Amino acid sequence: MSKKTYLQALNEALRQEMERDEKVFIIGEDVGQFGGCFGVTQGLFDTFGEGRVMDTPITESAIVGTAAGAAASGLRPVAELMFVDFIGVSMDQLFNQAAKMRFMFGGKATVPMTLRMPQGAGIGAAAQHSQSLEAWFMHVPGLKVAIPSTPYDAKGMLISAIRDENPVVFLEHKLLYGVDGDVPDESYTVELGKADIKREGTDVTIVATSLMVHTALAAAEKLQADGISAEVVDPRCLQPLDKETILGSVKKTNALVVAHEAVGFAGPGAEIAAMVAEEALDYLDAPIKRVAAPFCPVPFSPPLEQAYIPNEDDIVAAVKSIR
Amino acid sequence: MSPDKKMMVSMYETMNRIRLFETKLQEFFAAGRIPGFVHLYLGEEAVATGACAGLTNQDKITSTHRGHGHLLAKGGDLKLMMAEIFGRKDGYCKGKGGSMHIADFDLGILGANGIVGGGGPLALGAALANKYEKTDAVVICFFGDGASNQGTTQESLNMASAWKLPLVFVNENNGYGISCPQCKSMAVTDIADRAAAYDMPGVVVDGNDVLAVHEAVSEAVKRARKGEGPSLVECKTYRWRGHFEGDACTYRCDEELKEWMAKDPIPRFEEKLVESGVLKKKDLKEIKARIEKEVGEAVEFAEQSPLPEASALMDDVYA
Ligand SMILES: Cc1ncc(C[n+]2csc(CCOP(=O)(O)OP(=O)(O)O)c2C)c(N)n1
Ligand SMILES: [Mg+2]
Repeated sequence: MSKKTYLQALNEALRQEMERDEKVFIIGEDVGQFGGCFGVTQGLFDTFGEGRVMDTPITESAIVGTAAGAAASGLRPVAELMFVDFIGVSMDQLFNQAAKMRFMFGGKATVPMTLRMPQGAGIGAAAQHSQSLEAWFMHVPGLKVAIPSTPYDAKGMLISAIRDENPVVFLEHKLLYGVDGDVPDESYTVELGKADIKREGTDVTIVATSLMVHTALAAAEKLQADGISAEVVDPRCLQPLDKETILGSVKKTNALVVAHEAVGFAGPGAEIAAMVAEEALDYLDAPIKRVAAPFCPVPFSPPLEQAYIPNEDDIVAAVKSIR
Repeated sequence: MSPDKKMMVSMYETMNRIRLFETKLQEFFAAGRIPGFVHLYLGEEAVATGACAGLTNQDKITSTHRGHGHLLAKGGDLKLMMAEIFGRKDGYCKGKGGSMHIADFDLGILGANGIVGGGGPLALGAALANKYEKTDAVVICFFGDGASNQGTTQESLNMASAWKLPLVFVNENNGYGISCPQCKSMAVTDIADRAAAYDMPGVVVDGNDVLAVHEAVSEAVKRARKGEGPSLVECKTYRWRGHFEGDACTYRCDEELKEWMAKDPIPRFEEKLVESGVLKKKDLKEIKARIEKEVGEAVEFAEQSPLPEASALMDDVYA
């Protein structure tokens, strides 16, 4: 066990899986010598060579499709898009091809591919480089959606994603890359579809994802000072979604706030809120609140961008409106 | 078609405007005064300048992530651009777009673009509108060597040709898409060769020779205006800076950069201007000084413009 950043944890997961299984390879733009747009694949080219760390042309459709086709042919590709926003260029290969092959072909295909994509605002990258699009993917049967918030989860979940027999969309937050935490040096897995209670509490459940987990934890500290004990639940995976852990927490606290950086309308929080309403309404003694980005594209100018990103005060206010 | 004296002078001004504007941005970025990403056009000034010279405001362009040069060459306002890049309220897009998303529809600038290959299909639409409305306006689609590999670009080349749209594809081949050299991303040496696959003219020009670029593009523009369809002009050039400001540029060597800097398009054009008697050496100096002042005023304008208020966040999501 040692301190590692989220980025180092991902890098280590890739390295260890590539060492373990020769079928695992990396494909994407500038993932080779350059080490990836944010540096996640740094050093892997030197170890594994261009035969296993492949720089592609700028051609997202072909990157995702190549990964899907190679996966269906027995390999275990880990594809990288520089920004989740570029999935628009390649969506067909992901949602019509990779996601549906197994079902359409009556179970004949397995598509064990991982598609890593950084998302999120906060670096002034504007409307086409800052989105949080997890809702797009969790809506597509056949895809798994991993969205880790800590270095520990990042490593264990990436290893699980690579070993998974299904296409896994793996969403990293750009502002998490530099965050550090304890990460075992050896290989380990974190089950996809298992939530984690990041902080225990008794008065309200805050379900938060990705960077918002950290925002929620900061909010929970503030709330504690005001005598409100918040439990922070990180689903870690949106598909499959660990209903049991979320429902268990809500049944204990009797109140729910969902926080994410994606746009609120039809965002992941809508599904979580609906699920809780359907399955645990009787346990709630206050309305469900959502904290999310407003229904607009991500703006460039820093004061606008800051107004766009949900912050801990927004979470505190949401909790206080029901507690 | 060689440009007249007035156009030559205007081209010289434009190249210097781009050079000085980008140089200022380089300084400001290093000083931490510009948020987000900045992709500079330094070294490639001749391409946008040569391509846009002679276009009218009815003619349109689609641009890229490396768009400042295109916008300035199409008449973009220095002050509004600078303010936008600074994220200010008085910028072209009220601070919502930034460097990668500047547009001026009155000038026919359909926008810089954060998506590589995003401009091609939009250019198709603009060219279709010209044909639909029976105007003789044309559209120029700027795209990089990297962008030439996107499906969207190839789809656009095909459809433009099949529909004989008034469109000129101006490829800026600076040899790299971020760290990826051209030889690793495509098997052809000349991107212009791909034009043959779509049965349109494809030519290669020295992208650091503004007159050569202008000649080739205006030939293609003439063709497009006459309804004879699209062309592809590949301009070989080089970016002096990293892909974005802050890129350590470990993937290319200093000699290569030096070689290309020796082909600086501005002194090369100056030589021709002086030789042909269009401008005297002292005129060159005067022009540079005047533009330096313009850029300084743009900076002042940007600095004095307020940051946008949070209340503007939800404006302009819908018409
Ligand atoms: C769809 C998409 N993929 C990838 C990127 C990231 N990206 C931005 S610029 C760039 C390189 C573009 O190369 P080229 O088209 O040659 O233009 P240049 O930067 O050389 O001017 C890349 C890969 C992007 N913005 N959009
Ligand atoms: Mg290029």
